[in-house]
Amino acid sequence: MKFDDWLPLLILFTSLLPGIVIFLLPEERTRWRTALNLGGAGLKLVLTGIMIWGVRHAHVYETRLPMLPEIELVLNADAMSMMMTALSGVLWFVTTLYAIAYLETSSQSRSRFFGFFSLCVSSTIGIALAGNLITFLMFYEMLTLTTYPLVVHRGTPESLHAGRTYIAYTIAGGAAFLIGVAWLKALVGSVAFTEGGMLAPYVDLFPSQLRLIFLLMICGLGVKAALVPLHGWLPQAMVAPAPVSALLHAVAVVKAGAFGIVRVVYDVYGIEFSAELGLLQPLAAAAAFTIVYGSVRALFQDELKKRLAFSTVSQVSYIALGAAILGPIATIGGIVHLVHQGLMKITLFFCAGNFAETLGVHHVSRMHGIGRRMPWTMAAFTVGALGMIGVPPLAGFVSKWYLGAGAMAAGKPWVIAVLIASSLLNAAYFLPILYRGWFQEPAEPGFGQPPAGKLETHWMLLGPPLLTALLALLAGLLANAPFSPLEWARLITAREYHP
Amino acid sequence: MSLNEILNPVTLPAWIVSVPLAAAVLAVVLPKTGGWAGIFTAILTAAMVAALGHEILVHGPVQMVIGGWLPPLGIALYADGLSAAMLGITALVSGCITLYARGYFSGSAASRRFWPLWMFLWAALNALFLSADIFNLYVTLELLGLSAVALVALSGTADAFRAAVRYLLVGLTGSLIYLTGVAFFYAVTGTLGLNIKVAVGSAPASMTVPFALMAAGLILKSALFPMHFWLPPAHANAPAPVSAALSALVVKGSFYILLRLWFTVFMPFINPFSAQLVGMLAAAAIIWGSLQALLAERLKLLVAYSTVAQIGYLFLIFPLSSIAQGGPNAWFGGLYFVLSHACAKAAVFLSAGAVMHCCGHDRIRDLHGIVARLPVSVFAFALAGVSLIGLPPSGGFIAKWLYLNKALVAGQWWWGVVMIIGGLLATAYIFRFFARAFINTPEVAAGRPVPWIMEWTALGLAFCAIILGLAAPAVTRLLDVGNPFQ
Amino acid sequence: MTISTIYSLVGVALLGMGLHALIIHSHLVRKILALNIAGAGVFLFLVAVAGRTPGPLPDPVPHTMVLTGIVVAVSATALALALACRIHQETGSAHITENEPE
Repeated sequence: MKFDDWLPLLILFTSLLPGIVIFLLPEERTRWRTALNLGGAGLKLVLTGIMIWGVRHAHVYETRLPMLPEIELVLNADAMSMMMTALSGVLWFVTTLYAIAYLETSSQSRSRFFGFFSLCVSSTIGIALAGNLITFLMFYEMLTLTTYPLVVHRGTPESLHAGRTYIAYTIAGGAAFLIGVAWLKALVGSVAFTEGGMLAPYVDLFPSQLRLIFLLMICGLGVKAALVPLHGWLPQAMVAPAPVSALLHAVAVVKAGAFGIVRVVYDVYGIEFSAELGLLQPLAAAAAFTIVYGSVRALFQDELKKRLAFSTVSQVSYIALGAAILGPIATIGGIVHLVHQGLMKITLFFCAGNFAETLGVHHVSRMHGIGRRMPWTMAAFTVGALGMIGVPPLAGFVSKWYLGAGAMAAGKPWVIAVLIASSLLNAAYFLPILYRGWFQEPAEPGFGQPPAGKLETHWMLLGPPLLTALLALLAGLLANAPFSPLEWARLITAREYHP
Repeated sequence: MSLNEILNPVTLPAWIVSVPLAAAVLAVVLPKTGGWAGIFTAILTAAMVAALGHEILVHGPVQMVIGGWLPPLGIALYADGLSAAMLGITALVSGCITLYARGYFSGSAASRRFWPLWMFLWAALNALFLSADIFNLYVTLELLGLSAVALVALSGTADAFRAAVRYLLVGLTGSLIYLTGVAFFYAVTGTLGLNIKVAVGSAPASMTVPFALMAAGLILKSALFPMHFWLPPAHANAPAPVSAALSALVVKGSFYILLRLWFTVFMPFINPFSAQLVGMLAAAAIIWGSLQALLAERLKLLVAYSTVAQIGYLFLIFPLSSIAQGGPNAWFGGLYFVLSHACAKAAVFLSAGAVMHCCGHDRIRDLHGIVARLPVSVFAFALAGVSLIGLPPSGGFIAKWLYLNKALVAGQWWWGVVMIIGGLLATAYIFRFFARAFINTPEVAAGRPVPWIMEWTALGLAFCAIILGLAAPAVTRLLDVGNPFQ
Repeated sequence: MTISTIYSLVGVALLGMGLHALIIHSHLVRKILALNIAGAGVFLFLVAVAGRTPGPLPDPVPHTMVLTGIVVAVSATALALALACRIHQETGSAHITENEPE
């Protein structure tokens, strides 16, 4: 096999192998651990870059491993995989930096943490690169298993309770997804991802079975994507350490669910066929409901991470909404929001983690004047929050614009109402935080000024949110530049619609 | 015999049976050598089984006749892909159990009695998988049962003795019913061979009595619901390596015989209703076993009930194979369950044994925070649990997928529903222990140190269960030799 | 009715009685005895099968099965009695029920 055939597997191994080695490292070997983590992350970025360049020039990167007589493990690099892989790679790198700083002060069992951390990213890359539903299913379940120890890392009763809820939801979702995939395979024989979908020829043979399979798969994916009413695990999982929340909400779990929904709608069923079967209306309705519900719940949360959690519930459904509207513009909006939401949300979580770790502030009601004590962090938070609301020229605005335009083009003006409502609600729960942080007098002692001559917090806790905030800004400002997420989304969409 | 005759691969079956027997005798005569005899047997048997497997892949099934005396008075041995796979998994799991037992029994008085009995059990298993006639199977079943009972009693507690005597009585009853079936079979057909294809025309009605008797005896010995009542106490009260061997291998022995009988000898005479009946019992086993596992207070009892549930999965091979459409997926699925359950269940019992060794008890309620003291064992438990639940990328997932596929293609989707429910229940009972292990307790109570070999053999077996999931093409190629569906 | 048939029927009857006694009684020694009787029934059945040959000499194959079976039965009985003794020693009673609570 040529190098091209091995490259997808290699990218997987750049986090798998360090993960396994890290498990075996004794606790004290901090340097080794850091080196392995960052080395693996860096190597992954390099290989991802090579693959992106190759995919642009129509190279084919595919690893096929036989698993059973009729089933192969397929890792395939198409445009959509590369977008997700690149997002995961970049965000893993910054989260690793952040996690190293965050955990080195507090805890025990760092080897266990970083081991599972790396395995978690490997699972995400596997999901991104999966070329058929079986491979996707495998890595999807692996993601569940590798994130559980991260959620219960602290070992407190709340963590374990959250872990139990998490497992209950995700395993049940996985079972639904498994039934869907097995059923589809038994009906149709092939479960490969094909640009434009591959089920259209079967419309006359089993329409109601295909509808039921779609429902099963969306339920299974919707658990991780936090579609209401399957979102119950997400706010509870906030008891995990901040790097875990950042990872779960921007990179791994939630994105995996949303990515899966996109894959099923575009590459298994095909967007036109989905519309034909009448599957898009219910999906759009569920997504819209989730968007509003999540935002409303976020309004009433005082704990910052819980507020961000409900915000995630709301924002990820933009992706599902984009997938559920027929028309290339909406598709572009949904797909590009995968990246944009990731960048913005991880910034917000990093900042929340900084507030908690450096100042012990977990609640919005205690954030008076925090901008004076931690100006840089608050600035990053502001960028992320404004992006969520949809203020131009930030990335969030670009996604919402495309979604709105796509809804108009598809003749669904009610979606615009949902978008506007959501933006208003976002403003309602983010702007008070910004106001309180910047403009109100500090109530806590020691909130006056940042410590003289030092950074407001550890550089590895400060750098990542600033970097991701900058990326969110650039993704919006330079949206029309080549290699921007938007341009990439346009490329993907062009291949999904039959001319 | 010339050297050529001794080294001929055809004689491997005889050696595979004799080596553990010789080691057992050695362990009785010279008790101090018990452990080393065990290790030596493990290595040698593994090598011979590998050679046999290779021979089968290249040249097809292997047959030999002992001493040159032909059946039916002489004993013939037969090895095809299924035998090789069962011998292989026995060698693998028993090898790990042997290593574990070195640590577990080191320095204790029970060691003197463990090694001969363990070698006898291994010899019996090997002979069972190599037998070519149904009476020889009876003999091996009895040898297997007697060694297993004695091993269960090794714990020395009153509970263990009671469990052992119940196990013995039930086992003897099962064998006796089986023997009656053999007698009827011989009376009707005049032959004892396993590979005979009895002509359909010859008295189909009179074949149901032998079959019913043999099946009843074997179902009793395989602990299919509702004949499972003897299994949980026996497996829970035995010493850890013995529990591992019982759950992983011994119950598979009688199941293997039933497989052979059903698919090779009696296939034309079986009516589909009996297959569905077995399936319903299997479904009941899955649900009932999993529910009882959820309620168990002791870890080893939880694992024993998990075995009851997993045996249900094994028996689903019968209804799923009764329909030809969709190919032999159910055959491979069932066998994959056998192989991966052997590795996973042994790993779980071995790690439970390590936990018990450390804490002195196995009450689940009081086992919090274990992950700090025994991370390797907890990880082994988790990995093996992945296979038991049926999550990718394990052997259990491959087996479940094959079953699901066949169930959906053949239109028998209700078995699929049962399996999914079984998977969810398995998640619940695995996490009962696993979640508790992660609780962060401030006090790190003192516990006995656990020999490293105990923890790492458990982990090794758990890895094998996972690797089985990735090596499916190779394993199915081996299982295909002598496939009854060809 | 040939001799073989009578012996077969008696053998099966003994098997049935033995199994019945095994289930009914709770004393271990009674259970062991019941199993032995059931075994004797099966052996009798086998001997009857051996006698069904057309010629004067009986079929040796069932005889080998009976001999092996007797050996197995003796060892199994020994083990069972040893266990019964130990149980009596440890607990003071030799009764055992089918479905004991764990």
